[in-house]
Amino acid sequence: MDPFQYTKPATVNDAMTSVKASGAKFVAGGTTLIDLMKLNVERPTTLVDINILPLDRIEPHAEGGLKIGAMVRNSDLAHDSRVQQMYPVLSQALLSGASPQLRNMATTGGNLLQRTRCYYFRDTNYACNKREPGSGCPAIDGYNRMHAVLGTSEHCIATHPSDMAVAMMALDAMIYLNGSAGVRSVPITQFYLLPGDTPDKENVLRNGEIITHVTLPALPANAKSHYLKRRDRASYEFALASAAVIVDMNGNKIRKAQIALGGVGTRPWRSPEAEQELAGRDVSERTFRKAAEAALHGAKPYRNNGFKVELAKRTLVRALQTVTASA
Amino acid sequence: MRRPKNPSLIRSQDAGGDAESPGTRGVTRRSFLTNVATAGIAATASPLLRAAPRTTDLPASPAVSGPGVTVPVSLRINGHSYQLEIESRVTLLDVLRENLGLFGTKKGCDHGQCGACTVHVNGRRVNSCLTFAVMHQQDEITTIEGLGKDGQLHPMQAAFLEHDGFQCGYCTSGQIMSAVALLKEPCDATVDAIRECMSGNICRCGAYENIVAAVRSVRNRA
Repeated sequence: MDPFQYTKPATVNDAMTSVKASGAKFVAGGTTLIDLMKLNVERPTTLVDINILPLDRIEPHAEGGLKIGAMVRNSDLAHDSRVQQMYPVLSQALLSGASPQLRNMATTGGNLLQRTRCYYFRDTNYACNKREPGSGCPAIDGYNRMHAVLGTSEHCIATHPSDMAVAMMALDAMIYLNGSAGVRSVPITQFYLLPGDTPDKENVLRNGEIITHVTLPALPANAKSHYLKRRDRASYEFALASAAVIVDMNGNKIRKAQIALGGVGTRPWRSPEAEQELAGRDVSERTFRKAAEAALHGAKPYRNNGFKVELAKRTLVRALQTVTASA
Repeated sequence: MRRPKNPSLIRSQDAGGDAESPGTRGVTRRSFLTNVATAGIAATASPLLRAAPRTTDLPASPAVSGPGVTVPVSLRINGHSYQLEIESRVTLLDVLRENLGLFGTKKGCDHGQCGACTVHVNGRRVNSCLTFAVMHQQDEITTIEGLGKDGQLHPMQAAFLEHDGFQCGYCTSGQIMSAVALLKEPCDATVDAIRECMSGNICRCGAYENIVAAVRSVRNRA
């Protein structure tokens, strides 16, 4: 690991000033960054420790939802009684990710910026367009069982690994950023970029910007939500496929659905196609299956990950069955 | 014979007053093995080998040494205060083991995947391999050495003995630190819930049945 300068500012403004240094990065929970520093994938020359910034609150939001500070730990967010009551999908997604130890460290802002688990990205012996733009993508013709089937390009097929972000994608979270050009907010659905021919650019965060908080809008009173994750072992594993589902019910009819998929996309994958199939329909397995077909329409499997297409469909169907069956 | 004091540890301010942690006082398995290995070299080595550095000595500098500037770091561990001069890139895990001689915390994967390095920071369990020591200057850190009080095992340590919750023992300190933290978390006492709450700690011997039994026995008492 390369040596680095270390600084621990106490205010957001000081943090933004510190991170202007060339090669500087923020460190929060450290669970992604320090891991990647040990692999020489990340080589910051300055670490700006933001752990004492006053961004660790969960508060009611003026419009009825919640405002979540960027430094709120995953475990605190998952176990917050308001989150559990208002957004079961978010609590379930958080608790399905990583381990209790890592959830005690990992933060809301950091989780949004979690890097892919693509083994080629994590191994500097290999080329990687995300790590070294223009060097190539060995995953496309290599071992790609865990890779994406949606949103891929000829330059990158890496999967976005976060569970929390999938739930927030379905919840229409708003991400608040602070930078030298001022404060701005970006809907999470516009925060992540498809790899295209610049897979190194993963989101719209500008150089020196910091995520300060996230807001979640209130859900309709009759809305129900659920997160279902499928993986190679029962716990402590990244998703092969996951589904975040929110349905606003009127009797047996789905008034509106909000659907996002994890483990299959190059970014947390919102599916307006599936939502369209569900809106206004009665609850039935046939409807769910049609929504699943629509969600995976255009999926592009590679040599080892073809199973993900059907797995994602079944995961979505099962999640919809569960959420509509719960009274 | 005790291992040489680490030059990076400049002083400690605890009641005990010296740099040796409770875990390295007297004859331990580690000091015994170190002494035996050193004696073996002295008895059999050629003059050339004898002139060579003692390979069994613990490293005098952090495992991630190299070019870089050291910074003063104060840490509070198991109720003792330590003043160190270390590089900012040294993980909490490496400081515990390499600088402070607190070998109870184990290095398994060193990437947050196995849980062997689990310690408590302000009462919450974390992976000490995925955090830098310099980030914890205001924190209260507890390692397995700090669990027992007044020569008594923590009830969780006693339960692991009673239920034979280990085979080789390498993951055990991490398992116990996780299990103790779990007692203060919203974790049910069912087998399934405890397995899930303990999922951040891998046991390659597969002692899970007995580990769950040990944790449950204490959880049910809590």
